[in-house]
Amino acid sequence: MEDAINIVKLHKSFGPLEVLKGIDLNVQRGETVVILGASGSGKSTLLRCINFLEIPTAGRIYLKGKLIGTPINGDPNASLLQYRDKELQAVRTAVGMVFQHFNLFPHMTALQNVMEGQVTVLGRKKAEAAERGRNLLAKVGLAEKADEYPARLSGGQQQRVAIARALAMDPDVMLFDEVTSALDPELVGEVLRVMRSLRDDGMTMVIVTHELGFAYHVADRVIFLNQGEIYEAGPPAEVLGRPQREKTIQFLNGHNQFRLP
Amino acid sequence: MNELLRYVPVFAEGLWGTVRIAMVCLCASLPLGLIVGMGRYSRKWHWAGPARIYVEVFRNTPVLVLIMWFFFAFPTIAPFDVDAYTAATLALTLNSSAFFAEVFRAGIQSIGRGQWDAAKALGMSYRWQMQRVILPQAIKRMIPAITNRWIELFKLTSLASVIAYPDLIHTAKLIASAYFNPVQTFTIAALIYFAMIYPMVRMLYFIEAKLKRGD
Repeated sequence: MEDAINIVKLHKSFGPLEVLKGIDLNVQRGETVVILGASGSGKSTLLRCINFLEIPTAGRIYLKGKLIGTPINGDPNASLLQYRDKELQAVRTAVGMVFQHFNLFPHMTALQNVMEGQVTVLGRKKAEAAERGRNLLAKVGLAEKADEYPARLSGGQQQRVAIARALAMDPDVMLFDEVTSALDPELVGEVLRVMRSLRDDGMTMVIVTHELGFAYHVADRVIFLNQGEIYEAGPPAEVLGRPQREKTIQFLNGHNQFRLP
Repeated sequence: MNELLRYVPVFAEGLWGTVRIAMVCLCASLPLGLIVGMGRYSRKWHWAGPARIYVEVFRNTPVLVLIMWFFFAFPTIAPFDVDAYTAATLALTLNSSAFFAEVFRAGIQSIGRGQWDAAKALGMSYRWQMQRVILPQAIKRMIPAITNRWIELFKLTSLASVIAYPDLIHTAKLIASAYFNPVQTFTIAALIYFAMIYPMVRMLYFIEAKLKRGD
């Protein structure tokens, strides 16, 4: 069975600033990969390249074995690819994303948020989209909040609506970009629990997070990014428990400085 | 006083002239402004360039000059007749649509990148992103500025009287010169303008307060 995601020699620059310097990463179907790294290490950019919110500067991304983009001039070895809007829209529909700041549509209720993409992008009937929306809201524990506007929901609730909104598109892969970083500490757990249940359902997930405990317990694999390169990778018990390289050790020590006794 | 009552139908006609041109210009310049505003916002130069020129030309030319130009200059090059109504409507519409374009552009720009990201991440096309996510939020924020421009437009219609468009102030001029009573006539005209505009301003305050509460 082919992988869910293959990333080959991915580069991304913003002007003179090279953020990703040749990332190679394969994600199997049903796998949960957690990406760690200091700020500026390129982890969010990597995530945003997978659904082409950022267009890679060079390199290739395959989803379910299919190359995204077309080599210019039909030369299969051309390093530059061109991306058509329609193709990228289809990719983004198949790859769900959840953001640090939720980015719910404030002028729509929770249910309308979850219905929006289903109706406009997938062309589902309103009744069907509403039913699916209610099921998903129930799944993230917010059945009774369907008719509330985002402003009336807590951060944790908003983030769970955002997860439901992404799931409504029936994605093959889910991307999580620091989804608990903007939450009050007591609300982090409810979001992480939803994510864990997704893993248990077999969802393929790539997660950028600072929640090391979550990475340790939920990830199949942990990737440590440093200055736009994969610096250390492996099962969480190894990378988090017995890190081998200097920067990883430093990073983990930084996180562990103020542990409870 | 009795004497002035005689003018009521005449004033009413003038008032209708003012309201009519104001409404027509509003209805024309809002959609026009939206199109130009989206052009201004576009990253494609063949949209952004012309839109920019449009805004700069029509925003930075006095309305009175535009009105005169369309009444006196335009007919010599236009293949059709241009009466006072057409000339004034064109001038006012072009001018206020340039202002509306800037209002729309600013409104669209005020919506954070996160909303675009979220809409895009669902797989929406640019049109859907704009139509379903960005504009509904942006337009709400623009309402005070739009109301403001509408009040401005309403006041500017009085300039159409210089090319003898039969609006309120032109009518007042006729009455005043026919009956030699400029004080009463122009005072009444001013009061009518005020009575029309003041409720709009109150409405603007009301909308602003309501939007503030909504946030």
